[in-house]
Amino acid sequence: MRRANAALLNVGLYVGVAVLLVYLLFPFYWAIVSSLKTPSQLFMTPVQYLPPTPRWSNYVEVFTSQPFARFLLNSAVVAGVATLFALAIGSFAAYALGRFQFRGRTTVYYATLAVTMFPQISVLGGLFVLIRGLGLYNSLPGLVLTYMIFTLPFTTWLLTSFVRSIPIELEEAATVDGATPTQIMLRILLPLMAPGLVTAGLLAFIQAWNEFLFALTFTLDERSRTVPVAIALFSGASSFELPWHLIMAASVIVTVPLIVLVLVFQRRIVEGLTAGAVKG
Amino acid sequence: MASTLPPTARTGSRRGPTLAARRVRLAWLYLLPTIVTLVAVAGYPLYRTVQLSFTDVRLRFPLAPDWVGLDQYAWLLRDPVWWRSVWNTLVFTFVSVGIETVLGILIALMVASGLRGKGLMRTAMLVPWAIPGVVAAQMWKWMLNDVYGVINDLFMRLRLIDEPKAWLASAALMMPSVIAIDVWKTTPFMALILLAGLQSIPQEYYEAARVDGANAWQRFWRITLPLLAPALAVALIFRTLDALRVFDMIFITTGAQISTITMSVYARQQLVSFFDLGYGSAVATGIFLVIAFYVAVYLALFRKALR
Repeated sequence: MRRANAALLNVGLYVGVAVLLVYLLFPFYWAIVSSLKTPSQLFMTPVQYLPPTPRWSNYVEVFTSQPFARFLLNSAVVAGVATLFALAIGSFAAYALGRFQFRGRTTVYYATLAVTMFPQISVLGGLFVLIRGLGLYNSLPGLVLTYMIFTLPFTTWLLTSFVRSIPIELEEAATVDGATPTQIMLRILLPLMAPGLVTAGLLAFIQAWNEFLFALTFTLDERSRTVPVAIALFSGASSFELPWHLIMAASVIVTVPLIVLVLVFQRRIVEGLTAGAVKG
Repeated sequence: MASTLPPTARTGSRRGPTLAARRVRLAWLYLLPTIVTLVAVAGYPLYRTVQLSFTDVRLRFPLAPDWVGLDQYAWLLRDPVWWRSVWNTLVFTFVSVGIETVLGILIALMVASGLRGKGLMRTAMLVPWAIPGVVAAQMWKWMLNDVYGVINDLFMRLRLIDEPKAWLASAALMMPSVIAIDVWKTTPFMALILLAGLQSIPQEYYEAARVDGANAWQRFWRITLPLLAPALAVALIFRTLDALRVFDMIFITTGAQISTITMSVYARQQLVSFFDLGYGSAVATGIFLVIAFYVAVYLALFRKALR
């Protein structure tokens, strides 16, 4: 009886997992199928579930109908530079917060945490004025600067908890040998922090790569447009006939690098996401 | 730098006052770039936004603000669209986070129950989280298309509906539709955090409970849920804050239509589309206050769990 119950439970579990996988993955299947159809196949009823003869030229058209390569490059540069800046200055902040005792440390730590929880819309107006004032409207440096609002506090916070988890003995030994704190940071802690830097960098990069509100508001034309904005602003002959085959092809193009990142760094990403939740 | 260190520094174990003072100064030096950057991109813009909310300034450069005192806030309090956007945001947040929590716990329990293919599941769960909100919104907007969408076709075949529905256009269906998209995109995140929480619960507790004759239901309520509380609290806070500021998905799928307009969409509409920087700033400040209120309530409720 017990065994029968357990078997039943197992079957139930696998059915549940299968349903879940279909739910999670079907939208991707549908995006891929749609990206390989002609417009007339897309607007056919009843809907065709299996891909017809794949129309790979849709993927070429994404790049020829607009400067999509430029948008990809813009996204990569903005996300990459914003991540590198955040890691460069955030790691020193994390060292200070994780290893030094001083009055105001807790305040700075919680203020940083508060910025990550911030509704970004509530600074949009002030940020617009700042960006215009600095002459950075419609420019990639402008986007990099505004992206620090989420990449920097996030990396600082994650790296601080990472620094605290590194045993202190090595640094104490180096202090005895007469190393200065800056030497300790650069020669000892930074190499030990490498896994934390990878995790924080990945998560910051993904956030910056996906960002939409600032990219939509602080850019004007194709020179500084990023991929999410391009995908949002796809337009067709009329508002009723959006070029869904191109929108889906472009969506697949930006999703593929993210899937590769997730596959390669799965463990690190999960570690980073759960760092706050489990360690507290 | 090393040559000027006082001798006490080299002993390391006994730290003289000079060294302590030096270390404090160094710590602030290390923090300086981060603090300066955050003040520039977060503190100053927030201050500017609040400041501009007391003026009638238009989004036209150079700015020509005229002080109007609390006029914009008087408008805000009487603005039915603002209150509708607050209501929509709260409904969206609490319904979607509620569903995500229940589904997240179920999924986490399922994956943690030790079946094969856990790695595959984890990857599949990470993907919806990792893709841009814009991409998720466009994928679902196409699937939910009233005439050519696969969801209508699928639901008709399964006899769930009799006729095609305008999921993203009919007033009654818009909110459930955008909630469904959000649930798809973010439940996996919830499940991953809860999964990590589950895996940190020592197995001995379950064995002890089993020896004492507790059934699966009792084990869940008496062991799993209480020990999952800290992870659950953190996941809830992050997800709720995210949902309260939802923008991308609503902007793409339903835009500024009254049935689903959220606080963020409304603020941007005023600020950018209507060039009303003064009123838009008042709306933005209103959002800040709503969210600050929520954070205060949540922290008071969960202070114990977060310790």
